[in-house]
Amino acid sequence: MSAILSANAELIITIVKIVLLLFIVLTVDAYLTWFERKLVAHIQSRWGPHRVGPHGLLQPLADGLKFLFKEDPTPAGVDKFVYFLAPLLALALALTSIAIIPFGPEPLRLFGREIYLGIAPPDLNIGILALFAITALGVYGVALAGWSSNNKYSLLGGLRSSAQMISYELALTMSVVGVLLMAGSFNLTKIIEAQGRHPEWGFLGWNIWPQILGFLCFFIAAIAETNRAPFDLPEAESELVAGFHTEYASFKFAMFFIAEYTSMTTISCLCSILFFGGWLSPFPASWTWTHYLPSVVLIPFGLWVIWDGIRYETIFGRVILPVVGTAITALGAAFVLYPGVNEFVQGPFWLLSKIFVFLFIYVWMRGTLPRFRYDQLMAFGWKLLLPISIVNVIVTSFVILAKMQWGGK
Amino acid sequence: MGWEMTASLVVFFALAGLAVIGAVSLILQKHPIHSALSLIVVMVALAGLYLLLGAEFVAAVQIIVYGGAIMVLFVFVIMLLNAGVEEQTSISKLAGPPGLLLVVALAGFVTATIVRTTAGVQGSSQTGAMASTSGISNMLFRDFVYPFELTSFLILVAVMGATVLAQREKP
Repeated sequence: MSAILSANAELIITIVKIVLLLFIVLTVDAYLTWFERKLVAHIQSRWGPHRVGPHGLLQPLADGLKFLFKEDPTPAGVDKFVYFLAPLLALALALTSIAIIPFGPEPLRLFGREIYLGIAPPDLNIGILALFAITALGVYGVALAGWSSNNKYSLLGGLRSSAQMISYELALTMSVVGVLLMAGSFNLTKIIEAQGRHPEWGFLGWNIWPQILGFLCFFIAAIAETNRAPFDLPEAESELVAGFHTEYASFKFAMFFIAEYTSMTTISCLCSILFFGGWLSPFPASWTWTHYLPSVVLIPFGLWVIWDGIRYETIFGRVILPVVGTAITALGAAFVLYPGVNEFVQGPFWLLSKIFVFLFIYVWMRGTLPRFRYDQLMAFGWKLLLPISIVNVIVTSFVILAKMQWGGK
Repeated sequence: MGWEMTASLVVFFALAGLAVIGAVSLILQKHPIHSALSLIVVMVALAGLYLLLGAEFVAAVQIIVYGGAIMVLFVFVIMLLNAGVEEQTSISKLAGPPGLLLVVALAGFVTATIVRTTAGVQGSSQTGAMASTSGISNMLFRDFVYPFELTSFLILVAVMGATVLAQREKP
């Protein structure tokens, strides 16, 4: 038994990593719906979900159960094969793309092996290209769902989606070229390391400063690629009922939903990695006291959850919230007590914080911006984003060339 | 040789089989969308074969450009025209025999080439520095820069021609 284990250790580690990441991503997706509903509600001066569990925290669970037990009718006249293929395709590709993201610099040393955070090997040469390849295929889920449903609103949604993808993919790819030129590699780990060339500069060394134009183009194009507001024309509810997923119910609808939230997470990861230094700390490397920041964030938050839980109106909340709060406080205290663990969590802590900020911006934009009109969408993509990202590439190349000529090195 | 070689051979035959099945299905499918989907399968299988050859960049570009952009455009046009199931006509009597002859000739030619190669069947091989990103860019922008730019110019002319033709329809 142990012989089999040691012979296939890499395989087993990878499978365990895949299962773990799937579990984490699906949980994050579930709570992202809660986060979005809560945040949009507060933007609109409402309470949002707060009936199911304390602060509505069990709402995702209730939603999941509802998705599982609802009737799942197949409309008449659909193209059966494609109709069933589309949600599978959307979900599978969205989940695959997150496997390429590296989540931390230091490997976890366990059982005498180095286990890197993230499923793809850290020396994957085509990291960002592989991600773009998967996103490029992702459009088929939406387009085929729209076509196969035998419904004119769905078809229009699918059409809009494919036209939007073609238009914004160019800008998306061009806007990253500046970053790639500066790093000299497609590898995501190398792109992050290139931003940490000057450890004392802290956040001033990130790509966001020289590549601010590239970042703006990338973020806008990425929102369009993930079909999120204000670019959610494929499912515009005021015009197309529900767009491409009008005819999908129950778990097939949930699959599109999970796919959308997973791609949001992937894009947030990419934004942090390409432009905001990934797992690098925003402070100079010599400020070692900043290593206590994870605890400084976690302990007060945990204490607040306990304090909030004690005076919560339901008994269930009065029991469960202090327990959760104690767990969070204990986690923060553990980081202070074990310096080795604390060093290890620095990278993931900063990366996850940045991802959270981008997810917040995603929801914030949905809560505040009205939807584009279709011709505005096309004009914006072709006449503004694409030229700006091309200018960005040209300027970046000239600056790099000038540095090589006169920069000494 | 040994175990690793056979593993890549298995992957090779799986991908090659997928590509062939996709190509046959592309012709046999009745509906244009199903044909387009089969073509996507062929494209992705080819990308896998490139990956097996160690040409990572070409594989990624194959999926991004052909699997993504171009095939999305195909699907878009088919959806826009709302094309239905193909109408079948009986095979033209004139085209039958010459077509069969061509198929036999092509199959014979391919078989002969495979039999004559001395290297034997290889699942994967190292294409070396030529297939790396810097190798490709060196070839495109240094060794073959004029043919490359001329090709781009040709494509630009085609795009402009299409635009002019489309504009003419307008009053």
